[in-house]
Amino acid sequence: MKYVEEYRDADLTGKLLSDLRRAVSRPWTLMEVCGGQTHSIIKSGLDEMLPHEITLIHGPGCPVCVTPLELVDKAIALAMRPEVIFTSYGDMLRVPGSERDLFAVRAAGGDVRIVYSPLDALKIAKDNPNKTVVFFAIGFETTAPANAMAVVQAKAQKIQNFAVLVSHVTVPAAIRALMESPDVRVDGFLAAGHVCTVMGYWEYEPLAIQYRIPIVVTGFEPVDLLHGILMCVQELEAGRQEVRNAYARSVTRDGNKPAQSVIQRVFEICDRAWRGIGIIPQSGYRLRPEFAFYDAEQRFPEVRSIETKESPLCISGLVLQGIKKPVECTAFGKECTPERPLGATMVSSEGACAAYYRYGRLAAKGKS
Amino acid sequence: MCLGIPGKVIELYHTNGMQMARIDFGGVIKEACMEYLPDVKVGDYTIIHVGFGLSILDEAEALETMELLKQIDALGSEEGTAA
Amino acid sequence: MSSQKLNLLGWTCPVPLQNYPTIVMGHGAGGKMMADLIQHLFAAAFDNDLLAQMGDATALDLPPGQAAFTTDSFVVSPLFFPGGDIGELAVNGTVNDLAMRAARPLVLSAGFILEEGLPMETLGRIAASMAAACKKVGVKIATGDTKVVQKGHGDGVYINTSGIGVIPKGVSVTPDRGRPGDALLVSGSIGDHGIAIMSVREGLTFQTEIQSDTAPLNGLVDAMLDVTKDIHCLRDATRGGLAAVLNELALASKVGIEFDEKKVPIRAEVNAACEMLGLDPFYVANEGKLVAIVPPEHAEAILAAMRAHPQGRDAALIGELVAEHPGLVTSRTSIGGKRVVDLPAGELLPRIC
Repeated sequence: MKYVEEYRDADLTGKLLSDLRRAVSRPWTLMEVCGGQTHSIIKSGLDEMLPHEITLIHGPGCPVCVTPLELVDKAIALAMRPEVIFTSYGDMLRVPGSERDLFAVRAAGGDVRIVYSPLDALKIAKDNPNKTVVFFAIGFETTAPANAMAVVQAKAQKIQNFAVLVSHVTVPAAIRALMESPDVRVDGFLAAGHVCTVMGYWEYEPLAIQYRIPIVVTGFEPVDLLHGILMCVQELEAGRQEVRNAYARSVTRDGNKPAQSVIQRVFEICDRAWRGIGIIPQSGYRLRPEFAFYDAEQRFPEVRSIETKESPLCISGLVLQGIKKPVECTAFGKECTPERPLGATMVSSEGACAAYYRYGRLAAKGKS
Repeated sequence: MCLGIPGKVIELYHTNGMQMARIDFGGVIKEACMEYLPDVKVGDYTIIHVGFGLSILDEAEALETMELLKQIDALGSEEGTAA
Repeated sequence: MSSQKLNLLGWTCPVPLQNYPTIVMGHGAGGKMMADLIQHLFAAAFDNDLLAQMGDATALDLPPGQAAFTTDSFVVSPLFFPGGDIGELAVNGTVNDLAMRAARPLVLSAGFILEEGLPMETLGRIAASMAAACKKVGVKIATGDTKVVQKGHGDGVYINTSGIGVIPKGVSVTPDRGRPGDALLVSGSIGDHGIAIMSVREGLTFQTEIQSDTAPLNGLVDAMLDVTKDIHCLRDATRGGLAAVLNELALASKVGIEFDEKKVPIRAEVNAACEMLGLDPFYVANEGKLVAIVPPEHAEAILAAMRAHPQGRDAALIGELVAEHPGLVTSRTSIGGKRVVDLPAGELLPRIC
């Protein structure tokens, strides 16, 4: 596959690792803010190959992990309704709610369907006029243009039996919240390449200045990741705190204007609760009033107030902020495993807890 | 948030008033919406996320960066094997 | 699949069969309707002397030696997919379970759970498919059962097949015989079946159509045993893919397994489809591939024998068993890194994140 294989080349990766070893002169802690980047790092084994001076923290970059418990419970409540076809991206199906997950709802007879694109959910609505199709619109800014288009098209094509349950989160506000937290100690950020493909990277410039921290837009393949890490280390070693772009084949400073325009047409910025972290002001999107008809929480007011019950043992919020390591959680590997997760960071294959679960066992075996 | 895959545009058409494309992902063919890439042409490589094109990959930029990354650091290679 | 037309006029049901183009509850009720269904659809397709006994149980004369016995149920949806159908899977799947014990397959049973409303034509196609698959292997369906469930309580048809085979003398292939130093072989490209199924569900098309790899593996196993009887382990990599099988073997044999991702054969289109959907090909299902653990001194010869066989053309040596990290499977990644390849947590899901 073009634009994929060449960025997984073993020789080039080896060469960049040597460059990195030469560039680094003291310990640096970098945070990558994207679940997809975490996934790629683990899948390629890259984190074990980095020079030991570099610590890579996996930040709250997984929209699955940070979707508030309340919204997961609302999704489950909607999915259990007989007149609803509940559609979602695959990632959300195993995320635990207060009592159960969407998988369990499907097992109990709920019509829960995985879709690849929000337009597929719209098609299901057209094909099933006697049901209401609810679509779980989660994601960072990357997914917002697609989710927004579904709403625009529903309105344009006059599709009435369609609604969206919105849980969008945005990155810059999260970085701000992390940098404001006294417990978080990060020297540099790797910004998410596909978020920035949509939004550009101009929003990060004030953050770099205010918090005196380099931010490098980074892609997803091993070569891209090393490029981003190298650039960030170069900034740090030179005492600079710039925003730089290591994914220029896809990202420009301004980003994708048509996409931003539709996001702004459909969504407005609001405060959002991040699971395990709490409310981060101005960190989410909600539907604008003119699209209220398509808001599932208004279409089904019964789900507005839901009693949530987070597991008292779960510390995924602290893990997501890089404050605690998964192994420091009392439930890790005991009450909480990938098969029976207590929190989202154990469910998602790039959630930090799931990743540690795999590697921790290897490290433990190696020592025995 | 993240899973964006590069694919080549092999056909452009309209459906329901939206600009759509058939995309070839290294042998797998799937439809994607091109509403966010008004300048896209057949033959372009695009990043596709949940069935939507988000960017047209800049081939010149990609080649230039690749060359930069591959450049042997003159100092390093003359010193022989790195630590 | 055969184009044999159903002999609907031969049915002696008081109400002509033309009035029953679909399965109804009566077809499972044990009376005349069910007898007709069995006689004119199943028995007509499976046609053999054992089934013709038509008793509640079939008497068998088994050849001497240790018998092997296995069972499997097939619930795939869609029923028909590129490269095969549920019937073919049901025969090959059980034949392969026997083959993984190095047993020569002799007889199968076939139990059907039919959903009210299933078109008779569909059932006829499935039965014909099973008959063809049996003929190819040389195995007979010796007994069966039919039940009908109410509409909405099934996916059209579920099939259970059990199988009996006989294990040749001097051969002991069990999951716990792997030893550090053993070679790890795979019989061909992985992920074909799972992606063929997903392509129907996700509306993917391919430049070269991906077909399910459903196939009987007993012939391939015979070819491998001709090289040496001392094959340690065999497993077919079905649900959960290569990763599931390797983990099960590592646990059963109490060894570590290490393989090289670059050495695992995978078709370009299957790889691309996995990238697109966010799937890891090592977790995608197969239906005609096996994993073998063999003594290292025989590895090359066994590999050559596999490659000479139609079911093993793309066979490859992908790794080895080690004494370190018993029970864990690790791989060498494309960039030369290392990762743990865990047991799949549950259903394989496409992701966006």
